[in-house]
Parts: sequence; structure tokens; C-alpha cells
Amino acid sequence: MDISDIFKHRKKKLNKMMQARKKQDLDETIECKKCHGTFKKETLLKNLMVCPDCNYYFSMTPHKRIHLVADEKTFKEHLRGLKSVNPLDFPDYDEVIAKNKEKSKRDEAVCTGVMKLNGITCAVAVLDSKFMMGSMGTVVGERIVAITEVAGRKNLPLIIFSASGGARMQEGMFSLMQMAKTAAAIKKFQDNGGLYISVYTNPTTGGVSASFAAMGDILIAEPDALICFAGPRVIEQTIGEKLPEGFQHAEFLEKSGMVDMIVERTKLKETLYKLLVLHGMS
Amino acid sequence: MKEVTTYDRVLKARDKKRPQVTDYIKELFEDFIELKGDRLSKDDESILGGIAMFHGTPVTIIGQRKGKTIEENIRFNFGMVSPEGYRKGMRLMKQAEKFNRPVITFIDTPGAYPGKEAEEHGQANAIAESMAMMSSLKVPIIVIVTGEGNSGGALALGVGDKIWMLENSIYAVLSPEGFASILWKDSSLASKASEVMKITAQELYEFGLIDDVIAEDKNMYKVIDKKLQKELKRLEKLSPAVLVENRYQKFRNIDEKKKPIKEHPSTRAIS
Repeated sequence: MDISDIFKHRKKKLNKMMQARKKQDLDETIECKKCHGTFKKETLLKNLMVCPDCNYYFSMTPHKRIHLVADEKTFKEHLRGLKSVNPLDFPDYDEVIAKNKEKSKRDEAVCTGVMKLNGITCAVAVLDSKFMMGSMGTVVGERIVAITEVAGRKNLPLIIFSASGGARMQEGMFSLMQMAKTAAAIKKFQDNGGLYISVYTNPTTGGVSASFAAMGDILIAEPDALICFAGPRVIEQTIGEKLPEGFQHAEFLEKSGMVDMIVERTKLKETLYKLLVLHGMS
Repeated sequence: MKEVTTYDRVLKARDKKRPQVTDYIKELFEDFIELKGDRLSKDDESILGGIAMFHGTPVTIIGQRKGKTIEENIRFNFGMVSPEGYRKGMRLMKQAEKFNRPVITFIDTPGAYPGKEAEEHGQANAIAESMAMMSSLKVPIIVIVTGEGNSGGALALGVGDKIWMLENSIYAVLSPEGFASILWKDSSLASKASEVMKITAQELYEFGLIDDVIAEDKNMYKVIDKKLQKELKRLEKLSPAVLVENRYQKFRNIDEKKKPIKEHPSTRAIS
């Protein structure tokens, strides 16, 4: 047997193993957090991470989100190498970051880059609620600002998918200041004529909801997403009463005039495309 | 002398006898005229706003107020601002820009009001808009943190060309109680939280997040008066474009940990 045949044989074997693992992964049983119905992971993936029984929206990783809206193989990630910092020397923070990296297989709570959406080039950012609750520290702030500046320089529309618990506690005032920093960058971009579409996904709260996420020229929410500044528990403690059903969820915000529209995942790409075209992009 | 803990400063920053925005107005400015209301739905009294004369120059003043008596505390919602308050602030900032008046903000709040109506009326939106407006306002803005500066509720008035803090004021991502409750599920660990949060004027000055620390002694008002005169004179010489770009860069460049510099000369222990 030739030596290259040995490698071929090994590669074949490896591929087989990987496919088997993938199949196993797809066969995994998932339980819906809302209706507790069970189904195969494959079913959930095919249904864009929406429960086939009760329409509950599972959170989407940046990878899946970009796959949902970007044309195939058009996404180029920016600022990949940015390292997390521990500006306050906060105890155990480095370990927490390391654990989250391991768990999420991502380097921070936001992924930014440039993609094409039905042929239209856009700057895009997706926050990851699986990485420290999508909280905004210096890396998240820097990436949001950097991609906003790229959009400004290259005259691209900017689309940000938010999902966040708010400020990154472990980075203290450095974290809080990211609110001002991102708000300033978005404002500058918008004042120069840039189009910014902000998509609230579940949950968008605290320092993120009160900075760049709230500033879209167009504000889109995913169905039933929790969108608020103070969380329901904090409010209930403050006012000493239970909040009504659905309070601070997307449909409520639509009624109280805080978002332009609620868009289902199946229609998200199409809606974004129409909005881009209506702003003169092609 | 007993060593001063951060929590001592937290308590000092919350001291009911501490000067409030009304005191600063009385000591530093002349002919203050209060301007009320957001022109949308109400006058949120947790924010005091108006115009006054400062050494012959008209200025706009906006600050959170807690009140000095229980009746006032309740009326002013303990300095916890609702969206209407931030919208009043924004209205006055735009007005200041129109008439080319510098803006001076005084920060003293436990945080934005976490209430049902505040959420319904777009608390998050109001805070974001306020920061965005300040970042691009074409007149000088000086920010002075006088007491408690907690969370986005404080930062909503905090985007300025210069940020000064009183020696015993604090500026934090969240109250130490809230912080301890989120991270350790125990709000009674506030004292421990305040130490790791790095929220004192001295610490934030060392990080380069604020520009100066003002000593709390008998010369305090005189020092602020001098500093304000000097800074406004300097800022007024800048063209609006340069002023706004400098402010943008100030906030643009806060992502790196600054090397600790030497201790601020005016800072000393409280007895």
C-alpha cells in the first residue's frame, strides 16, 4: 500500500467518525423551556431554533444568527484577536472568562464583522447571551464601536443583534463607560447619515438596552423577547407588587411605542433586505 | 488616624447633610431660574434644571436632587430619575446649544428609577438618547459627581468634556448593594463589594476615567469656582467641531487600563 493511501484511509475513517458524532449530536433530545415538549435537536435547528410546539424562541449563537441572515460564506469577522482584560484586577474574573470561553467556544460576548445580505454588504454585530450573559465589558464595547466606525468609513448599513444582561459587573466603571462610548459612536454614525437597524433578541436588558441597542433608526424585536432597563425582579421589589403578564416583553413594547415591529425569524432576512432596499441600498 | 475604607466613603457620599445641587447653585452661580418639564408628559422633580449666571456668562445647570427632608425625598423620588427627567434634561441641553451656553451637570443619584411606569415610558431609551445627545452637543459640558453616581442613571448626565468628582463621592456601575446581590446573591456584602468595585474618586482618577478630584474642605466652593472659570475659558476657545471631536475621542479611548499615576494631591483621609 502506498503511503498516501494510508492517509486517505485514515481521513475516510475520521470523516466517518465525525459524521457519526454529528448524527448523534443531531439526535440529541431537547426540552423546550416553556412548554417542556421534547424533540430532536435536528428538528429545532431546521425550525431556526424555535420550538415546533409552542413557538418559544431559543437563543441563537452568533454563528447561527449570521448563518440565518448572511449569504453563504460572505461573513468576515473583525477584531478577532482582541484579548479580554481585567481592568480592576477583579478576583476570579480571569477564571470566569476562561470558563466561558471553554463553554461557549467563543472569545467574548460579541462577534462583529462584515457580511452580505442578498448581495448587500452590511456591517454586523451579534451579541452572545451564552457568554457571561452577553454582558458588555471593554471588549464588547470596543468591538461595537470599531464595527460602527467601519460602517461609517465604508458607508455600510449597520445591523446589531442584541442579547445581553447589561453591564459586565467585573469590569466596574470601565464597563459602565462602554455605554457612553457605544452611544457616542452610534450617534456619530447616524449623524453622518448611516443607517442602523437594531434587533432586540431575548433578553436585552440593562446597560445594553440603555445604550446602542435602543438607538436604532429602525428597532426590531423578536417575538416575546424580554427588553427592559431594570429587570422584572428589581421592579417587583421596588414597587412591591407583581408585574402583569408579558410586561417588558416585545409585544408590550410594541404597544407602548418602544419598537417599530416584531419580526419572526422566518421573515427576518427578508424584512432586513426590504428595509435596506428602502434606504437605497442594492 | 483610622484608615478610611471605601464603604466609609459610600456612607459619606450618601450622607443626608452633604451639599446637594441646590447648594452648589447657591454658592457658585447667580440669578438661577428653574426651567421645568419635558414638554411631553410631566415635570420629573428628581432632576433640577435651569439657567444661571456664572461670572457674567450664562450657563445651563442640570442635576439630580435627592431633597433634604423626608417630604422632599419623596417628592424628588430620592434622586431616582424617570425617563421624563432625562427628557427634561435633554430639552435643556438642546436649548443650551441653541443659545450657546455651556452645560454643567451635577450627579447625585442612587440610580435610574426601576419602576413600572419608568419602564413603560422608555427608561432605557431615554438614558441612551441623553448620552448620545451629550456626546455630540456643540457647547462645553462639565460633569461634577457630588454624591452617589450609580449606574446608567448617573452616566445619562455624565458625558462631558471634563469629569470631576468630589473627594468622598462615588461613581459605580451599580450600587454596592445591587452589585453584591447580582454577583454573590447577598446584598449584605455591600461593604466587601465596594472594595473590589473600585468606585472612589481616587481610584477612578488613577484609572484615568475622571479628570480631577476636588477636596472637601472649607475652600471647596472656591476651588470649584476657579476650576470652572479656567476650564470654561479654555473650552470656549475651541470650535464646536473640535470640542465635539475631542469629547468623542475622550470616551472612544477608555478601553485600556491606564497605568496608575501618582496619588492625587488633594486627596486625603476623612477623619
